[in-house]
Amino acid sequence: MSKKTLIVVGNGMVGHHFLEQFCASPAAADFEIIVFGEEKQLAYDRVHLSEYFGGSSHADLAMGTLEWYTEQGIQLHLNEQVTGINREHRTLETPRGGYRYDELVLATGSYPFVPPIKGNDRPHCLVYRTLDDLDTIRASSEGARTGVVVGGGLLGLEAANALKSLGLEAHVVEFAPRLMPVQLDADGGALLRHKIEELGVQVHTEKATTAITEGEDARLRMNFSDESFLETDLIVFSAGIRPQDALARASGLEIGERGGIVIDNHCTTSDPHVHAIGECALWEQKIFGLVAPGYTMARTLSSALNGDRDTAFTGADMSTKLKLLGVDVGSIGDAHAQTPGARNIRFNDEQAGHYRRMVISEDGKTLLGAILVGDNSHYDTLLQYALNGITLPENPETLILPESQGGAPALGPDALPETASICSCHNVTKGDICRAIDAGCSDLGSVKSETKASTGCGGCTALLKNVVDSELEKRGVEVSKDLCEHFPYSRQELFHLVKVNGIRTFRTLISQHGKGHGCDICKPAVASILAICWNEHILATDHVPLQDTNDTFMANMQKNGTYSIVPRIPGGEITPDKLIVLGEVAKEYDLYTKITGGQRVDLFGATLSQLPEIWEKLIAAGFETGHAYGKSLRTVKSCVGNTWCRYGVQDSVDMAIRLEDRYKGLRAPHKVKMAVSGCTRECAEAQSKDFGVIATENGWNLYVCGNGGMRPRHADLFATDLSDEELIRTIDRVVMFYVRTADRLQRTSVWMESLEGGLEYLKEVVLEDSLGIGAELEEHMEGIVGTYQCEWKTAVEDPEKRKRFREFVNAPSQADPVQEWTVERGQRRPVLESA
Amino acid sequence: MKPRTRWEAVCTVDDLVPESGIAVWTEDGPVAVFYLPHRLPALFAISHSDPFSGANVLARGITGDLKGEPVVASPLYKQHFSLRTGVCLEDDTVRVKTYPVLLDGNQIRLEVRANQRESIAA
Repeated sequence: MSKKTLIVVGNGMVGHHFLEQFCASPAAADFEIIVFGEEKQLAYDRVHLSEYFGGSSHADLAMGTLEWYTEQGIQLHLNEQVTGINREHRTLETPRGGYRYDELVLATGSYPFVPPIKGNDRPHCLVYRTLDDLDTIRASSEGARTGVVVGGGLLGLEAANALKSLGLEAHVVEFAPRLMPVQLDADGGALLRHKIEELGVQVHTEKATTAITEGEDARLRMNFSDESFLETDLIVFSAGIRPQDALARASGLEIGERGGIVIDNHCTTSDPHVHAIGECALWEQKIFGLVAPGYTMARTLSSALNGDRDTAFTGADMSTKLKLLGVDVGSIGDAHAQTPGARNIRFNDEQAGHYRRMVISEDGKTLLGAILVGDNSHYDTLLQYALNGITLPENPETLILPESQGGAPALGPDALPETASICSCHNVTKGDICRAIDAGCSDLGSVKSETKASTGCGGCTALLKNVVDSELEKRGVEVSKDLCEHFPYSRQELFHLVKVNGIRTFRTLISQHGKGHGCDICKPAVASILAICWNEHILATDHVPLQDTNDTFMANMQKNGTYSIVPRIPGGEITPDKLIVLGEVAKEYDLYTKITGGQRVDLFGATLSQLPEIWEKLIAAGFETGHAYGKSLRTVKSCVGNTWCRYGVQDSVDMAIRLEDRYKGLRAPHKVKMAVSGCTRECAEAQSKDFGVIATENGWNLYVCGNGGMRPRHADLFATDLSDEELIRTIDRVVMFYVRTADRLQRTSVWMESLEGGLEYLKEVVLEDSLGIGAELEEHMEGIVGTYQCEWKTAVEDPEKRKRFREFVNAPSQADPVQEWTVERGQRRPVLESA
Repeated sequence: MKPRTRWEAVCTVDDLVPESGIAVWTEDGPVAVFYLPHRLPALFAISHSDPFSGANVLARGITGDLKGEPVVASPLYKQHFSLRTGVCLEDDTVRVKTYPVLLDGNQIRLEVRANQRESIAA
């Protein structure tokens, strides 16, 4: 039997999710699949669109890869708009030809609504929906000073954030009396407005635009019905979305009165061979403008095409939790108390800027809805109460009161029923997670890859971790915090023992607080703690045997037992003379030479006994050790900054060198990377670093706890427009707090996620000094900075330390016989095959 | 007939590093000598060659004990080898060669089998 043809029109988030679901189902074998996308790019994450201006590229936002489409045998037609459907013949047309289908899926999404205002078609009147739109906005922002967003809803505020990150003075114009009128009430809207205005975005409510005309001081003028006006260089319309139903309409499918392709509970339209999912679909007179309901429709349709008529789309929870311009906003269920008899409990702390409202049923037993502004930490608990109809406690107000005022702790994972939805993007319940654990998943990572939970919007990360930890513990999987069999303490606890008791050697620590002789886990960890507390040379006699080989020999061991050498090149700035020295040394010792990702030069293939000689030459030329071998600061990457770049607004190289010189040599639980970008274009990729600094007109924005590598994470904006001194003081505090409290081998990203209260807590500790340790952290850092020594300089000058660098202590001229070499692309490399 | 052996002087006490290893060259190739002053016996000698990588690096590993067994961790891929038996704790089908070692005055001596270079991995 020849295969049938399934055509999907639209390659957005929902269209892509449908393909993922369908391709993994049995029916996929019966179909040839053809996909049409109007945009040039593969499906990408529109929810995080504003990150495009924060440095994300299409690749960062992409949902899938071309390889995946190829593997699945999908014919992908991007940049090809479908122009007509002939339902009678089951064909559709594009400018490039005609195609026949057996089943047709419309996932055409929505388009931005542009209010019918005179002049809305002028140049620099734009919309915010696609990557192309963003490129247009970026182009329009060249030479612009101010930008206005029309629409104060969720998307409008996202768009305002985008304008702000382009360096524009941003305004929001809203027709309603408050921001986010759908999700928030008057008090919540007022607080959000206050917070957003504090961040420099000007908000104008109750403004109806009557016409857009040419401006006098700016490109455009917006005239309002109350006779006032606002001048701006560009306008972004973000006043809601409309379903993209033109194609369906022209082909005679049933369309709702106010638009939308009418679908049934199985996402099928008025034609049994045509289906619609996502924002273009109208179910029971409702359009769902969020991604999670679209995903639910995609799954429902995939089941239906597999002959499953039991799975039905029955509506969706429209609760939302977001961070708009850095402000937490949450809205759950019946937020406006429209259920008859509903009652309200409100908590409003204007001092702290927290607003919380619970809407509860007449009998006080169930939570119908909620509004949160300023702090979303109660969101997960409240959502679980609302979604699962869990009976409220006797005093429901405790759920939103601060703990100091008798507030109840968050709903523990044990209290959730099996059916509780943990991840709404991928529809993963607590029961699914339990089954994954029973099937052998033994940590968070494997549960995530098995169930896909928390791989959508990521909003459920903390909740998922709680559920997984609690379920693992219940099954007797010990989640032990002990460092190893020798110490019944966590790294943080050991740090305190060392600090408080003034312990200076491993032997003292293990004899007083541990047992046995130590191992390769606890020895380097304790060495790092001792280095932070007392900052003695890592090759002091007592410390030598504690170090990993890389620390012992202050170089990076490679697979054949030779080492690589990375001299420090602060900020990536190097004189021609020093560059020549690197070349000469590399040539003399026949070292393989490679430029690193951190703007340095790595010299490979030095034998143990060559290391001190090579370093003598490098030190004579003014080089210092680069600590590429240590769990310590690696490099501070920088772009060239305003000394050369026509876009730069600060001297990023100078700041990078200052930071690198300050923190070099500091021992940390894991390696630490930093970067400084001279403008918002972010050429130094600072947001992928543990500490990222991005220049602004007024100073520096600090991002913290980012990560590249295996588990990439965008850094979080921590503080804005800092002066040089404020920047350094803030980094001092965060670094030192990390060094003191993180677990062994825990990067800053994981550390921050593991802190109870996360980013907000870290801000309180560092920016508001809530623990009263700010001065102590700074003092500790000053002490370490003051006692810095180049470890290599100290080592080459000390004959005792140099003795360690003998390959064979009894045969100085004996070469290591397994180190054999071949030449490739003009350089030497090992031939040793590893087993 | 027992193979001929002899006690080869490889280095002096001053060459040793407490709680750590050094490498020496012997008739039998590279050997790692460890000095753990807080144990009895305090001296151990095993092959310097890491069977998992083929590289001569074991003397540069971190020493310690796991459940009481004196071990060194390979600095490359972190497997642990018993300093007493040479057996790999993660994979007991792999073992490195061990050598009797003794302190003779100021000299460290290894018992090396002459003319019998055997492979190090099991």
